[in-house]
Amino acid sequence: MNLQLLAVITVDGLVYASYLFMVAVGLTVIFGVQKVLNVTHGAFYSFGAYLAAQMIGLYYGADWPAYGGFAIIVLSAVFLGVVFAFLIERGLLKYLYHRDEHIIVLATFAAFLMLEDIQILIWGMNPYLAFQPMAELGTTDIADLTFDNYSLSMIALSFVIAAVLWYALKRTIWGKMLLAVIYDREVSQAMGINVTAVFLGTFMIGAFLGALGGAYIAPTISVQPGIGVEVIVLAFAVVVIGGMGSIPGALIGSIIVGLSRAAAVHMLPEVELFVIYAIMALVLAIRPQGLFAPVQARKI
Amino acid sequence: MTFGKITAVAAGLAVILAGATAVSAQTVKMAVPSFLTGAAAPAFGIPAQRGAELIIRGINNGELPAPYDIKGLAGRQIEAIFYDESGGGTKQVTEMRNKVQKEGIDVLAGYISSGTCSAVARVAEELKLLTILTVCGTPRVFEELVPNPKYVFRTMNHGTGNNVSAAHYVTKKLGAKVKGMVGINQNYAWGQDSWRDFHLAMAVLSPKVKVASKQQFPKLFSGQYGAEISSLLRAKQNLVHSSFWGGDLEAFIGQASARGLFKKKMFVFTVGETVAYRLGKKFPQGLMIGTRGPYGMYAVDNKNPLNVWFQREYRKAYKEQPSQPGYQYAQGILGVKYAYDNAAKANGGNFPSKDQVIKALEGATFPSIAGEVKMGLSHGHQGLTPDMWGVSVWDKKRGETVVKDVITFPASCIMPPDGVKSIDWLKGGMKGAKC
Repeated sequence: MNLQLLAVITVDGLVYASYLFMVAVGLTVIFGVQKVLNVTHGAFYSFGAYLAAQMIGLYYGADWPAYGGFAIIVLSAVFLGVVFAFLIERGLLKYLYHRDEHIIVLATFAAFLMLEDIQILIWGMNPYLAFQPMAELGTTDIADLTFDNYSLSMIALSFVIAAVLWYALKRTIWGKMLLAVIYDREVSQAMGINVTAVFLGTFMIGAFLGALGGAYIAPTISVQPGIGVEVIVLAFAVVVIGGMGSIPGALIGSIIVGLSRAAAVHMLPEVELFVIYAIMALVLAIRPQGLFAPVQARKI
Repeated sequence: MTFGKITAVAAGLAVILAGATAVSAQTVKMAVPSFLTGAAAPAFGIPAQRGAELIIRGINNGELPAPYDIKGLAGRQIEAIFYDESGGGTKQVTEMRNKVQKEGIDVLAGYISSGTCSAVARVAEELKLLTILTVCGTPRVFEELVPNPKYVFRTMNHGTGNNVSAAHYVTKKLGAKVKGMVGINQNYAWGQDSWRDFHLAMAVLSPKVKVASKQQFPKLFSGQYGAEISSLLRAKQNLVHSSFWGGDLEAFIGQASARGLFKKKMFVFTVGETVAYRLGKKFPQGLMIGTRGPYGMYAVDNKNPLNVWFQREYRKAYKEQPSQPGYQYAQGILGVKYAYDNAAKANGGNFPSKDQVIKALEGATFPSIAGEVKMGLSHGHQGLTPDMWGVSVWDKKRGETVVKDVITFPASCIMPPDGVKSIDWLKGGMKGAKC
């Protein structure tokens, strides 16, 4: 393999990894704290993509300063994070925490299907295009190939998200409370932690991250019905590889899958799809809990 | 309530029901499946449904120009049942059975996916349901699954014709400029078959063109093509073939345009027209684009009165340009009208039986919106039309993409002769082609 190909695989792999990480991190945050395998995450992604695409269209149509489009992306995700937290966490999950995990998965799956239909009711069947922010950022040449800066910026954004989450968990009082809840919900409550608020806050962050994934990716794709389904499968694969509930796991899992897929596309395209699930199968066979699954406290 | 009152109500209901039955007997029930949900809906399913809706309105109201200016099918109104093609082959087989056994449909006109057509073709024969396949492209329907069809028809070319005509266009238009070719196609039957047909046709027509050792087959609806675009940018070959469609094609065009791919390679998009109107000015100029026939963008200036009506009414009704799926569904339903009307004529003006309708369509040549359709292959059940290819260019005056440098290829040049399988014809050097 020559150096140019190695450089191209690395860049392509990191861009794809950042896409995977942005999609998977919200899912793993919610699972890590609430132990809920949240299928509605796919809807957070697609709603984020739709809302951002629509708002970007309106914003650029009004001929306002070009870089404001990026604020639109973030604001769309914040708005949806808040709405979905109250709708799904307060409106549905709080009634199910005491139920079997399978029931919760089925309930979120049902909610996902309903949200898919609501999405069609709101935005219809026609795809939305919002290429303007991608066009604004221009291109960069790396290893004799042209890359668009918008895709490269996803790599930076993913590392920022990972760093902020790491800092918040390890260095803030909020993070310590969260870890306490993760280890033992009842004891945390007995010690005075408002578990209900922690759950709502965590879900809000998870939903925000899911919507941000969709909103940030919207300018690179055609936003259309069905994108949430495609994404949730990939997100599950990454989360399973990295370890359910582990943020470093989601990051490393995304990088492994992203680089492997990019290498396959360049060197052996026939196995491009196979490689993602082959890695997942291998990890499940060797380390069923995932590469970086958090240590589980054992109650006596 | 007294016994007398109950009897009166029952009698009233009986009269109403009898009336309803009488009305329903005066209609032809037509099921029209297309993708109404999911990723295939925006580019294919919805325009297809609109084309069907419009032509049914035209037929029922007698709005169409001659020879379709008589109201209804053999004088009876079409009662259309639109439904969703999503859910896969098994679900569609169940839907078809339900439509026949519970709703009593007389005819079905529709289907976009080759997967659906493959799943339902034999079942339609078993149910004795007059079925017009309107879009799906797989040649396997009549070459393998139903080699002796009675009830199933397809009113447009199958996919092989599209790729063979693409190869003819590339050879005629670009000739020695093509230094090599590579493909990027979705990883399912349509993408795999399209690349196979194109590269086999190119091997016959431009044998010196070298084929890349690695072809890209990304997952259907994957949406992210960064690595694939890098791979195409690195490729030494300067011609790229793609049968991408819908959202995948829109995403690919957006990502590839940002990275300058269209300035560095020549592209053949076999169904590129499906997104050209939607993307407007963002659709790159200079791409070779197809419509699997003379439809959509290739019919904009067609002065055929049927086409003038269709273009005008479609734009008026839906505030958008009619693209290929709308044409193709309307064409299938016009085939049904042709068959019913002519069968009635042969039946002394009386409403025809199913067998008479089938006989009228088998091997017929019927006028369609953008030209004639000849039911020329597979015992008169497989349609044949010319195919057209050109290069995309933005028309400032119209405010939409149009095609220039258009070449028309007759069906005799691009479709295999009757009784010969597509793959054998291509591998055997396309013998018997009359160009």
